[in-house]
Amino acid sequence: MASGQAAQDTATLHPTDKSAVVEVSDLSVIFPAKDQSVVALDRVSLTIREGEFISLIGPSGCGKTTLLRVIADLEQASSGTVLVNGMSSREARLARAYGYVFQAPALFPWRTVLQNVMLPLEIHGRSAAEGRSIAREHLERVGLTGFEGKYPWQLSGGMQQRVSIARALGFEPKLLMMDEPFGALDEITRDRLNEQLLRLWEREKRTVVFVTHSIPEAAFLSSRIVVMSARPGRIVEVIESDLPADRTLEIRETPAFMKIAHRLRVALASGHGS
Amino acid sequence: MAAEASSLRAVDRALPVLAVLAGSIALWYLAAIWLNAPQVIERVFADRPDWSWRELLAQTWSMDRPVLPAPHQIALDMFHSAFDWPPDSPRSLLYHAGVTSGATLLGFVLGSLLGAVLALLIVNLPTLERALFPWIIASQTVPVLAIAPIIIVILGSFNLTGLLPKALISMYLCFFPVVVAMVKGLRSPGVFERELMHTYAASKQQTFWKLRVPASLPFLFPSLRVAIAAGLVGAIVGELPTGAQAGLGARLLTGSYYGNTVQIWSALVMAALLGLTLTAGVSLVERVTLPGGRQ
Repeated sequence: MASGQAAQDTATLHPTDKSAVVEVSDLSVIFPAKDQSVVALDRVSLTIREGEFISLIGPSGCGKTTLLRVIADLEQASSGTVLVNGMSSREARLARAYGYVFQAPALFPWRTVLQNVMLPLEIHGRSAAEGRSIAREHLERVGLTGFEGKYPWQLSGGMQQRVSIARALGFEPKLLMMDEPFGALDEITRDRLNEQLLRLWEREKRTVVFVTHSIPEAAFLSSRIVVMSARPGRIVEVIESDLPADRTLEIRETPAFMKIAHRLRVALASGHGS
Repeated sequence: MAAEASSLRAVDRALPVLAVLAGSIALWYLAAIWLNAPQVIERVFADRPDWSWRELLAQTWSMDRPVLPAPHQIALDMFHSAFDWPPDSPRSLLYHAGVTSGATLLGFVLGSLLGAVLALLIVNLPTLERALFPWIIASQTVPVLAIAPIIIVILGSFNLTGLLPKALISMYLCFFPVVVAMVKGLRSPGVFERELMHTYAASKQQTFWKLRVPASLPFLFPSLRVAIAAGLVGAIVGELPTGAQAGLGARLLTGSYYGNTVQIWSALVMAALLGLTLTAGVSLVERVTLPGGRQ
């Protein structure tokens, strides 16, 4: 496939790109099983540059979450290499180079909202006073001022996920990884959070890697979309988005947006067929 | 408005408890008539065949050594034996309650510590789980009534008497619920929570203190309530074979030795009140330790 070839070329053309935050080359992940081993990722290559908003999209089982988890050192590569800021993913994790947002908010129920956001700062050895002021600032950025003293169970699902985003951003990581963070939320909440996330990205210009299985979400958020197919997990196509950075939800009615969504749908369908 | 609502809720909660209490006291008085009447007729009314029902009732509720003492007899005996003597006199019920609670509390502290240490070992070294758990469970199938005299005899041969042997028997019953609950609690954090700490590059100690320990507390406190109640039983059982020197167990033993049923019952009620107080104490600590974190 021509576009798949193009994606391979991008990686091989700029193997030591100065602005590369994440460089994945020839990565394979095989989960051993009794009867037949599962090839979760098959020789995947991808370069993510600073300031990009990358979405990984594909059907379930295509390895998009596995790819994210290998970058985050939550899963081990069977072969191939992953570099984060030029370091191995383990070194990058120990250097606290990234923030990670899980599918569930994973807030600690015995901590207040403020204390939850302070958690990584505590672990990284910041003083309590410093941690408190940083946590307050980041709660304000996700629109949760006034909820500092509440406990997680007193918040709605959407608010809980915003707390977990504030928590991931609190220690100012250059790279933010999100694994279907809004998957469990209703459409309306998801739309609003998508818009807030986009504003956050636009303002702070952090690199974001975002896993989703929603076409409109990927098309709306991303500057580049990586389409993957299942069994074995491969990159089928990489789609550049030409939508303006300051886009709002209304852009979903425009032909430019429709075109990207259409290309995504075609790429997903072709990946599914092969 | 809010205060009114909360006092209404308190009444709602107290009402069923009070209704059961009133019902049981009424049944108790009836049972006292039924169980004591044969004795009264045989002994007191032996030479007075003209006794009336009214006299029979009065007699069954005021015997010296009834089969079943009436509630007010027990209440009066408790009051007198608690307040007619100075609290350090061996005739004071409060003195005996104090002796027993001392042994219970020491046993509870030792048992909880032992339980926590065992749980830590089991959680950190999975092979220990297979090695230790069968023994931990087997230890609880041995009747404490059989273990208690053995412990007392062995410790007595080292000149260890009094508080410590009783506390050890109490500890023997205390540690078990704590081990089981702590193992479960320390393992309760889910995959996301553990991976979250991993992405923060948190050390093992940090994961332990900031995730595992707080996550285990909601499991720990119910087990502590069970443990302190079991520990009280252990302390009382430990007081039975010591030659009845002091403690509620000793009161039970002397009471049954001299056929003083009222004294047995007041020691029994005192033990129940002590158990309630001790568990309430644990609940209070729980409420202070876990503020608002309830789900």
